[in-house]
Amino acid sequence: MAAAFDEMNIPGGDLRPAYQELARWLKETPPEALEYRRQEAELLFRRIGITFAVYGDSESTERLIPFDVIPRIMSGKEWALLEKGLKQRVRALNMFLRDIYHGREILRAEIVPDDLIFQNPVFRPEMNGQQVPHDVYVHIAGIDIVRVDAEDFIVLEDNARTPSGVSYMLENREIMMRLFPDLFARHKVAPVERYPDELLAALRSVAPQGASGEPTVALLTPGVYNSAYYEHSFLADKLGIELVEGRDLIVKNNEVFMRTTEGLKRVDVIYRRVDDDFLDPLTFRPDSVLGVPGLMSAYAAGNITLANAVGTGIADDKAIYSYMPDIVKFYLGEEPILKNVPTWRCREPKDLAYVLDNLSELVVKEVHGSGGYGMLIGPAATKATIEAFRDKLKREPEGFIAQPTLALSTCPTCTESGLAPRHVDLRPFVLTGSKSTTIVPGGLTRVALKEGSLVVNSSQGGGTKDTWILDE
Amino acid sequence: MLSRTAENLYWLARYVERAEYLARTIDATLRVTALPAAYIGKTNEWDSALLTAGVAAGFYQAYEEANEHNVVEYLSFSPNNPSSIRNCIEAARLNSRSVRTALTSEMWDTINSAWIELQAVWSKGTSTREDLAKFLRFVQETSLRFDGSAYRTMLRNDAYWFSRMGVHLERADNTARILDVKYHVLLPEEEHVGGPLDFYQWSSILRSVSALTAYHWVYRETLKPWLIADLLILNDTLPRSLASCYGNLVRNLDQIGVAYGRQGPAQRHARGIRNRLEHSNMNDIFQHGVHEFIQEFITDNSRLGEIITKQYLI
Repeated sequence: MAAAFDEMNIPGGDLRPAYQELARWLKETPPEALEYRRQEAELLFRRIGITFAVYGDSESTERLIPFDVIPRIMSGKEWALLEKGLKQRVRALNMFLRDIYHGREILRAEIVPDDLIFQNPVFRPEMNGQQVPHDVYVHIAGIDIVRVDAEDFIVLEDNARTPSGVSYMLENREIMMRLFPDLFARHKVAPVERYPDELLAALRSVAPQGASGEPTVALLTPGVYNSAYYEHSFLADKLGIELVEGRDLIVKNNEVFMRTTEGLKRVDVIYRRVDDDFLDPLTFRPDSVLGVPGLMSAYAAGNITLANAVGTGIADDKAIYSYMPDIVKFYLGEEPILKNVPTWRCREPKDLAYVLDNLSELVVKEVHGSGGYGMLIGPAATKATIEAFRDKLKREPEGFIAQPTLALSTCPTCTESGLAPRHVDLRPFVLTGSKSTTIVPGGLTRVALKEGSLVVNSSQGGGTKDTWILDE
Repeated sequence: MLSRTAENLYWLARYVERAEYLARTIDATLRVTALPAAYIGKTNEWDSALLTAGVAAGFYQAYEEANEHNVVEYLSFSPNNPSSIRNCIEAARLNSRSVRTALTSEMWDTINSAWIELQAVWSKGTSTREDLAKFLRFVQETSLRFDGSAYRTMLRNDAYWFSRMGVHLERADNTARILDVKYHVLLPEEEHVGGPLDFYQWSSILRSVSALTAYHWVYRETLKPWLIADLLILNDTLPRSLASCYGNLVRNLDQIGVAYGRQGPAQRHARGIRNRLEHSNMNDIFQHGVHEFIQEFITDNSRLGEIITKQYLI
């Protein structure tokens, strides 16, 4: 594995321009002062209650995601390129979904194999022929981006179902501005605070036709025990919309209502943070108590908009991921601006043979996994783990893809032995409404706090950083 | 607003109020039991504390004897007592989490900080009297902070009114329960069978509703049991009196009625109770029987809770 690209330091001792002011400031600031603010940040997070739950962890059901006070900085020019690439990618994702649930031209053109769609559990036949307002399926996308050099942005993963993390983008900024006003005075950092406004505008713009001029939007949460519950309540608050649970909603004559102290009130758009499987016990899992019986028939009748739409999983599935460059070209006739990580599809015998021969160098992921669970990081794994994985792969090759171990870029990070480079990724949030696609300049930077570690997932010891786009 | 949100706000306020009331009850009982037996007679004050908290039945399933150690443990920390102080704070936090969007950040901060302190400092209970005093102060201060934050930071809309209704309904219940347990020491002069011994009982009652100083301001008299009953039942200047609670409940329900453009059974029922309190005097109440009066009130009060739930919260 090549040495990682460091976003602050150029080999040889120079600094990249975006980091020059930060470096000066760090020189002036004693380490104790940094440590003190780090503790203060932790206190603030705990008091605000920004916690997440780790499933299967009985010790502490609410944990803080570690926050690193050193910001991750990108120049305006870098951002402009990234922004363009993200919009292109999300446009293609939406067109792909529209096509899969309607004409299926991409299948007829044999760009994506049929069975990858029709035998995929996240494909939703209920969505066949279903019209969604303005053909928007993915209203909120979280695209995971990594860098390996100065030029390229690489998409690690598309999140087109119910991506989370945007509350950290907003709260990290809030806390940084409280703790380091002097540092902000020395930089021109593009603001992120209009995200909630843009989200609400996007959600309202896709209201069904029968909705009133002021459509009612609600955020559907699985409830307080969900790992992202804090984010759900945070967003509902910032958007000024009701935070509803399944039991607060009722479907009558194919319209959706919420139970209020003044009786039933119609809902037009649901920003749902409940997975497809749990949305409607009459259509999907009958044992779901999180959903709303009849929701899907109201959806089919065109009386409610769900954001994101049902069935978007087919676009961010890891098996589909490797086709994304072709998907972009097919629908837009453009070269993809953002690259893909080279991916071996273990379902293809040639690829499988290569993967089995090179397990110790590769990252192998479950096609349907998320959160960094169930993956093999070859270079970091023991022999026994690799062998165990080899068996799994042989048994069920179609369940896996493999990628080279990427040398994710590094950023300076507070560690017990002072500032040190740690690997990072970035999740910007892309909003699509009836008329436009927008992205607030920034996103959630996740950082692998352990030295040498490449796993940034919060469920596995990752932390977060504030992400600064300089407004030059 | 969502019915579930209103329900959570209402119960959140009730839990906080109940926690404070329990802390006051323990505090007052500690004081009175610290006196030599000659001053308080033979009654078991810890048993009375359980009765006023309405948890005696559950207690005696778990313990044999109502003594300081057992009762403090049961009322403050026991996970098996659904309305122990600890469970009240836990339930308040859970309710807060479900309605974060309806709370101001100050209210959330109060409950969340209290919950954090409960786990960090009080997870093992208290071992000394000094510790216990600190704990009780912590609970009372949490309630004061919560109440103050609500008063100072909430928008005056239905969210606020539902929250206040929880406070007043719970408060009325608590005051009525003290009266229910202690009515026998609050009889008028001619019927009174006790003696100077009861002085400490009386001051203890007043202390548990934080009205000892208020009594002197209102009556400018030494402690007289019938005046204490008058203060706790009919005097609407005392925030914890039944009359004051019902003045507020009627007002909150009217505000909701106006905002929603519609009145209902809850408004009528609350007004009925308020009118009865307004048109009563202590002579009539004593004639009728204090005990009967109070028991009737407790039933009416919990009936109002049910009506509010049916009309707004489900």
